[in-house]
Amino acid sequence: MLAIVQKELRILFGSPLAWVILALVQLVLTWVFLAHLETFLQVQPQLIMIANPPGVTETIVAPLFAMAAVVLLMAAPLLTSRLIAEERRNHTLPFLVSAPISMTDIVLGKFLGLMVFFSAVVALVAILSMSLLAGGPLDIGLLLSNIAGLCLICACFVSLGLYISCLSASPATAGAGTLGALLALWVMDNATGEGKDNITRNFSLLSHYENFNRGMIDTFDLAYFVIFILIFLVLSIRRLDGERLLG
Amino acid sequence: MMPDVVINDPASSAAILVRGLCRYFGSRAAVHDINLELRRGEVLGFLGPNGAGKTTIMRMLTGTLAPSAGRIEICGIDLVDKPRDAKARMGYLPEVPPLYRELTVNEYLRLAARLHRVEKAEIRSAVVRAVERCGLGTTGKRLIGSLSKGYQQRVGIAQAIIHDPDVIILDEPTAGLDPNQIRDVRALIRELGAERSVIISTHILPEVESMCDRVQIVNAGRTVFDDTLGGLRQKGISLEEVFMRSTMNFQRLESS
Repeated sequence: MLAIVQKELRILFGSPLAWVILALVQLVLTWVFLAHLETFLQVQPQLIMIANPPGVTETIVAPLFAMAAVVLLMAAPLLTSRLIAEERRNHTLPFLVSAPISMTDIVLGKFLGLMVFFSAVVALVAILSMSLLAGGPLDIGLLLSNIAGLCLICACFVSLGLYISCLSASPATAGAGTLGALLALWVMDNATGEGKDNITRNFSLLSHYENFNRGMIDTFDLAYFVIFILIFLVLSIRRLDGERLLG
Repeated sequence: MMPDVVINDPASSAAILVRGLCRYFGSRAAVHDINLELRRGEVLGFLGPNGAGKTTIMRMLTGTLAPSAGRIEICGIDLVDKPRDAKARMGYLPEVPPLYRELTVNEYLRLAARLHRVEKAEIRSAVVRAVERCGLGTTGKRLIGSLSKGYQQRVGIAQAIIHDPDVIILDEPTAGLDPNQIRDVRALIRELGAERSVIISTHILPEVESMCDRVQIVNAGRTVFDDTLGGLRQKGISLEEVFMRSTMNFQRLESS
């Protein structure tokens, strides 16, 4: 499995795609970060007037992480689409399948490889937030909850993308499919209006992320993410195994 | 390499033993009741017209396609019961060499070695040995994507022999090569066949005559001929004649 992780990372970082995405995501998020910082500095005199004012973590870091999730939702399909579809197109899948490793090793290796990349993105966002420490204290608990939420939602993006990539023989189709599915999962809570306890809302990825974003780690959200990730990893393994059986 | 997987005495069992292998795609039988036995140190030529089911059989032997019925044993290890132990003992070059164009030759061969359970300390020497055997010379640091077709094919073969497998399965190893490269690859396969068991699929008859000890001809998913080349020579029949007769007859039978 580690061999697959290493191979994925080598191929990923050997191509300009990963670096371009890393740079662009960072550029966009820094821009958002600076914009929030400026707003905060402008309203700071008024904030001091009210009792129990929102801190810098709530006004800058939380919106930054909320934005990061949306940006990564857009970026994830670009990276996940090639996972299996490209192996298939380049006829390299038999190389992995005929090797003495299991399908689980292949799928998990690919999943973890891409998660290393996303961890790097999350780490960069975290460092960006930590730079505020130069100006004053941060709510570390809220920051950690945001980091955990962003890691989990990225894992969801990757596992869904991985599965859709298993279904397709061309990376472009897989990418489009993943983007569509992720967007659908995002807007699901918007479409149903204001009702807080709507069932469709429970299926929306981003609405579960909101709680992490506010610093509330709910077992329901945690369970949702973990089940989401596991379901699509298992489906991917089953799909590849099924291909061996059905041809 | 993996001392704990040595279950049977290596000398006693055949390198590959296949009994009653069938494969259906829907209701169409692509492979029907194939028996195959490959002894150690034997080179078997797997012949047949295009679409005869050669590649399907090879995919089943290497575990990339599950058989509908039948049993496959690699060095006495059942491929279905212990797929990983069985796969560790064979090297496979598919019809299209499975190469990552973004990796260098050395990176790719190191990856192949790790995937095939070569021990960490021996990976470096395994790569050097495979590079040498396949005549890859100074290409080690070049990207696979920048190599010529002939060299890519050699990298494909190097990948199949990196873990020093007991059984080597090559699907049309000389397809698309120029005459010099074909000669080189054939020499390499003969050399490998001296100590390992090799299966080569092809539809080029002289290739079989120059490399193989035994030939098995399949047509429409069935074995239609199976004999040693020595036996053929004794009977004074040419391979071409046998091939024509066994594959044409069948088509006439099918159509009638």
